[in-house]
Amino acid sequence: MSKQRLPAVEGLFTMDSENPSLIGGRKRTNGSFYFPKELSGNDPASSLDQDREDILLSQSGKVWSYTSAGYPPALPYVITSEPFEPFVIAAVHLEKEDLVVCGQMMPGVDLEDMEIGMEVKLALDTLYEDEHNQYIVWKWELAGQG
Amino acid sequence: MTVGEIAILGVGMHPWGKFADKSFVDLGVDAATKAMEDADINWNDIQFVSGANTVRNGYPGWVSASTFANALGFQGSQLASSYAACASGATALSIARAQILSGVCDVALVVGADQVPKGMFAPVPGERPDDVDWLRFHLIGLSNPAYFGLFARRRMALYGDTQDDFAAVKVKNSQHGSKNPNARFTKTFTAEDVKASPVVADPLRLLEICTTSDGGAALVVSSLDFARKKGIKNPIRVSGISTIGPTYPNAIIDMPYFASDSWAKSGYEGHTFKNEIAQHAYTEAGITPADLDFAEVYDLSSAYELDWYEHIGLCEPGQARKLLHDGDTSIGGRIPVNPSGGLGAFGEAIPAQAIAQVCELTWQLRGEAGERQVNGANVGMSINYGMFGHGSSVIARR
Repeated sequence: MSKQRLPAVEGLFTMDSENPSLIGGRKRTNGSFYFPKELSGNDPASSLDQDREDILLSQSGKVWSYTSAGYPPALPYVITSEPFEPFVIAAVHLEKEDLVVCGQMMPGVDLEDMEIGMEVKLALDTLYEDEHNQYIVWKWELAGQG
Repeated sequence: MTVGEIAILGVGMHPWGKFADKSFVDLGVDAATKAMEDADINWNDIQFVSGANTVRNGYPGWVSASTFANALGFQGSQLASSYAACASGATALSIARAQILSGVCDVALVVGADQVPKGMFAPVPGERPDDVDWLRFHLIGLSNPAYFGLFARRRMALYGDTQDDFAAVKVKNSQHGSKNPNARFTKTFTAEDVKASPVVADPLRLLEICTTSDGGAALVVSSLDFARKKGIKNPIRVSGISTIGPTYPNAIIDMPYFASDSWAKSGYEGHTFKNEIAQHAYTEAGITPADLDFAEVYDLSSAYELDWYEHIGLCEPGQARKLLHDGDTSIGGRIPVNPSGGLGAFGEAIPAQAIAQVCELTWQLRGEAGERQVNGANVGMSINYGMFGHGSSVIARR
């Protein structure tokens, strides 16, 4: 029996593996964008207004910067391989929303594949798993793949 | 608006390092005792203790002023304990200044110390999916060095900086730090040493990333009147303190957030809190960057030091490496930066670090910095920021 796929954290992204999106917020009153919807700071011009509506953010963007994790991050990051396999992290500019969102690059992407300004798109991958479930997170993948 | 000044009567530090057999209380009491000796002030005469908290040492760390006062011997002084991440020390000093300038007290002790486990900083334990500091580790493995790597790589794309430029910062600061008896790392590193160390967060290597340290630092501060009555005609003065928060929207992503604010409405993709912190301190002190003789900046990474040159207005964006390679920011140069050796030579002891920066300002302004003395040190700035959005900057002058 295959394991159940669950989001590693509820409410930050859709679980459509073919066509995933980050779930952001938008102020109904002035159109300000937020990600995550509930955990990013408020526009003081509308600070008494809590009516953020869910919106799906752009599914692709351009690499604003990138780096690597050469050493295992601290808990609560779950290390899934022994020895630890370094991974690439990208900060991606979503042009319509004009905000930058970080995520890991999909496994197999190397630093040599990366360039600032290149296009990447959103993907889903397994962050870690236990006996019954796979816990899913968003990552970025090179545009033109997948 | 310029604000009133206070006097720095005494400074003290417990050297930085790893001290498994000492508690943060031991380190703080040691620094406080040295600061009071330096100021020629008795503990019984301290009217206010402003503690910078540590969040990694249990309850005593959350009520640090009380903890330190108890260890020194409760004598009924007023107490305040504050936490603002890496800005805690500047926050504690700003509270002491407010007490002094409002006449609530004449003389105060500001103290912070930390004793932490080895390795990278980790978030507070537990499962907290509504805490961005927890989420960034859990979902992305976005550790502190990853942010430093993102900023460094961004500099390379925007300004053409290279890994050699970043290594040169480490080399410079290790030369400065080799002359500082309070520094943890006093070895002088070469560019080859840096290149031989492993990549932690591309493009940055192990020797370029600040480690975690134990340490303690303390200041005795007073009203100018109190200093004069003690016979000190021209005390070192605190002329400006910045503890501001950001203005929305912060377009440059910053710890611990894993997304920036949206700049769709403001239209300014370069807006960052870090450009505003120093400006407030300059305004309070009534000076401009051209008036500075030296600066202590928060070099959490080698590349980060270059960011600070630009954030505090030493040069235009993109010109930092020219300043570095021209020797301007070395001791003996036009505007030495991190004459103490900076975090590269110290590592970071969170609540003590901003206080340690002010200790260095004071020693430099007094002309007591020995082999690392900056010539003509009349005005100095320290700067850093606490994650989640706490500004921290102090301007001191003689």
